[in-house]
Amino acid sequence: MSTVMHSQQRPSTDPLVIAGTEYHSRLLVGTGKYRDLEETRAATEASGAEIVTVAIRRTNIGQNPDEPNLLDVISPDHYTLLPNTAGCYTAEDAVRTCRLARELLDGHDLVKLEVLGDETTLFPDIVQTIKATETLVKDGFKIMVYTNDDPIIAKHFEDMGCVAVMPLAAPIGSGLGIRNPYNILTIVENASVPILVDAGVGTASDAAIAMELGCDGVLMNTAIAGARDPLLMASAMKKAIEAGRDAFRAGRIPRKRYASASSPIDGTFF
Amino acid sequence: MNIILNGSSREVPDNLTAGGLIFELGLTNTRLALEVNQQIVPRSTFETHHIKPDDKVEIVQAIGGG
Repeated sequence: MSTVMHSQQRPSTDPLVIAGTEYHSRLLVGTGKYRDLEETRAATEASGAEIVTVAIRRTNIGQNPDEPNLLDVISPDHYTLLPNTAGCYTAEDAVRTCRLARELLDGHDLVKLEVLGDETTLFPDIVQTIKATETLVKDGFKIMVYTNDDPIIAKHFEDMGCVAVMPLAAPIGSGLGIRNPYNILTIVENASVPILVDAGVGTASDAAIAMELGCDGVLMNTAIAGARDPLLMASAMKKAIEAGRDAFRAGRIPRKRYASASSPIDGTFF
Repeated sequence: MNIILNGSSREVPDNLTAGGLIFELGLTNTRLALEVNQQIVPRSTFETHHIKPDDKVEIVQAIGGG
């Protein structure tokens, strides 16, 4: 009798837990750079992401008030919205952005803190990020912090009370992949809060590598939105994250310099 | 009176509340947050918060971003 294996739902025994909330997708996605809101909606859905980042910007006063809004397609009822402080270069601007976001989202206090240092690299300004973290933690925010791939700084953010630490793989939007896997590994090994790679992923294998290193998740935007076919890339990333996580949990074989035969030597007849 | 709304000068009626301003702009059903002189005005106080001349008002919303 043959048994047909049906594709199974992801086991719920391996959730991603951030600030006490369980998530079943380890892929977090941004909503920038899409052609239109319909593409944003479709790609976000195809990614299977549950946590979705948004930016906070001035309302265009001149615009038709009936014009569709991001939150019409990415509903706070279906997704955990993660407002970010992208574009902020000072702690003050980042804190102000988080407070506006909390008001906008009815008291929702999970935020992605990023304070940038320079327009060419978009590397984080760690001094300003630490200042903002101090204020926001006191103010009751749950902070997922964007930082360098520096294990010492990553630990500091954890000790300061961040609910997740998100080192970059490479500069934002660069698609260069994980430039410093050993640092990411060290950050993961030292951590007792979730570590998510944020920024720099270019394609599915980059995401899988992050997960194989033991990261708890990956946050990306450009790699999907900038792909020739964003929906297909969203689906590819979803699979890569799942495959990488499974491989990490399964435990890879050690690397060896020489071969090791897969078929037994015993019983050969030649 | 004149206020600075999202960085631009704008004439609005005197004795306007935050809620009145939102209505005036046709944004009543839009999900937004409002700040006056860098202080957040909670939605629950829109009807009682009066805008004053030269107030710097920021109205923000969520848009696509990474």
